Amino acid sequence: MFEAIAFYLFSFLTIVMFWITVTTKHSLYALTALAAGMIFISAFFFILGADFMGVVQIIVYSGAVMALYAFGMMFFDTTRELKEKPTKTRLVPILGALAALLVVLMVIAPVVGENITAHYPIDVAIGNSQAIGMVLFTKYLVPFELAAVMLLVAMIGGIVLAGKMMDEDYSSLSEEQIDEKEGAVS
Amino acid sequence: METAYLIETVIKIVTILLVFSALAGIGTYFERKVLAFMQRRLGPMNVGPYGIAQVAADGIKLFTKEDIVPTNVVGPIFKIAPVITAATAFMAAAAIPFLPSFEIGGYVVNPIVSDINVGILYVLAVMAVGFYGPLLGGMASANKYALLSAARGAAVFISYEVITGLSLLAPLMMVGSFSLIDLNNFQIEGYWMVVYQPVAMVLFLIAGFAETGRTPFHLVANDHEIIDGFGTEYSGMRWGLFFIGEYANMFFYAFLISILFFGGFGDGSVLGAFALLGKVSFFFFFFLWTRAAWPDVRPDQLMWLCWKVLMPLAVINIVITGFVMMF
Repeated sequence: MFEAIAFYLFSFLTIVMFWITVTTKHSLYALTALAAGMIFISAFFFILGADFMGVVQIIVYSGAVMALYAFGMMFFDTTRELKEKPTKTRLVPILGALAALLVVLMVIAPVVGENITAHYPIDVAIGNSQAIGMVLFTKYLVPFELAAVMLLVAMIGGIVLAGKMMDEDYSSLSEEQIDEKEGAVS
Repeated sequence: METAYLIETVIKIVTILLVFSALAGIGTYFERKVLAFMQRRLGPMNVGPYGIAQVAADGIKLFTKEDIVPTNVVGPIFKIAPVITAATAFMAAAAIPFLPSFEIGGYVVNPIVSDINVGILYVLAVMAVGFYGPLLGGMASANKYALLSAARGAAVFISYEVITGLSLLAPLMMVGSFSLIDLNNFQIEGYWMVVYQPVAMVLFLIAGFAETGRTPFHLVANDHEIIDGFGTEYSGMRWGLFFIGEYANMFFYAFLISILFFGGFGDGSVLGAFALLGKVSFFFFFFLWTRAAWPDVRPDQLMWLCWKVLMPLAVINIVITGFVMMF
């Protein structure tokens, strides 16, 4: 019974939060609602018994991804409402609804077609994180390594792009030296 | 069974909330006293003997002050930001074992709300979400100093999350579990974890100062502009909630360090329980001690420390631990 209550409570909250994210004109509301929605989604993982996935959902989406959005929003005034000029007001909602319908169909089709059984059912004897580790390092080893290589490429790319003047420390220079440098750059 | 479990959990949650809200208040008194003695002052002296009732006076002041919401702020976000700080601090406490399990009239009580098998990861994740409090508070405030402090605070929290995670990886590899109770029990037979992993302990402690926003990493306050930072526009109990969150986080971090690296409650005897409380008190005192002894570091020094010193150290520590465990 508790699971049912929790499920309906969190699905309601999640939908409301993402609804606010999409419809609001205020970028700060959108940011907050999206972060809250991401946290509420982790509740579904906890209800399903996938504790590790739930925690990772909180860390990655609420902790890291949304923090990057927040940094991006530092560049404009978040206390003002955004003036949107929506073009094609009819096409966008229709396409959105169609896309949502398509996703639901894709997920529902195998469920309706045959009885789904878990390939790797939850083993009570071993912990949640151990189970994920076993699957990750046996069945999904190649995708896992590929993802690692891609992250490495992204990291090196980030360092190359951002690290052009990294070894210069403006706070240890004198005023004249800074002026000289600024003149040389511009 | 179901009903008994429900009642037990609710009682535990209410107890933790009440105890740590009160402790946060008393913590401010201790902080002022400790700082005063270290700086050869008297600290609060007027309210009650040795100023002990200062906590009550502060509480009455905070509760009865007018709740000002300035004109240009984004109302709802401005109002909810302090709640996020306090709520995430207390939510993180759900997976921390505060005492060993004990018996009342034949009923075994585990002083932990939920022993999920990803305990430490959950605590750190929810604590990390706490940075939304200062961040949203600063962004909604319509005050450029608040915004600056929010940006700086968020950068520090995100950077030092990396250190917390990486420094914990080595001890977790040795234990092979995320549960704080398993981590505690690992140290019963052998030595304390700090003997095996001194580097990880130091890194975790340093990251703790950044995660709780304490001096010497107190960048959420704009000291050089003599402005309080993200809390500039707040007054009354909303400001108080930021404070409760910060102090509760300090207590929970002290619990984490004691359980992870300093033996926790040991084998669960009464002595072990008191030992745990003693260690927690020491680490809380250590937070205050550091504040009295060290100035704040500059933001660029803090980032330098994080990415060029602490992170390589943590990675090297993990590699060495891995090699030692393999061979």
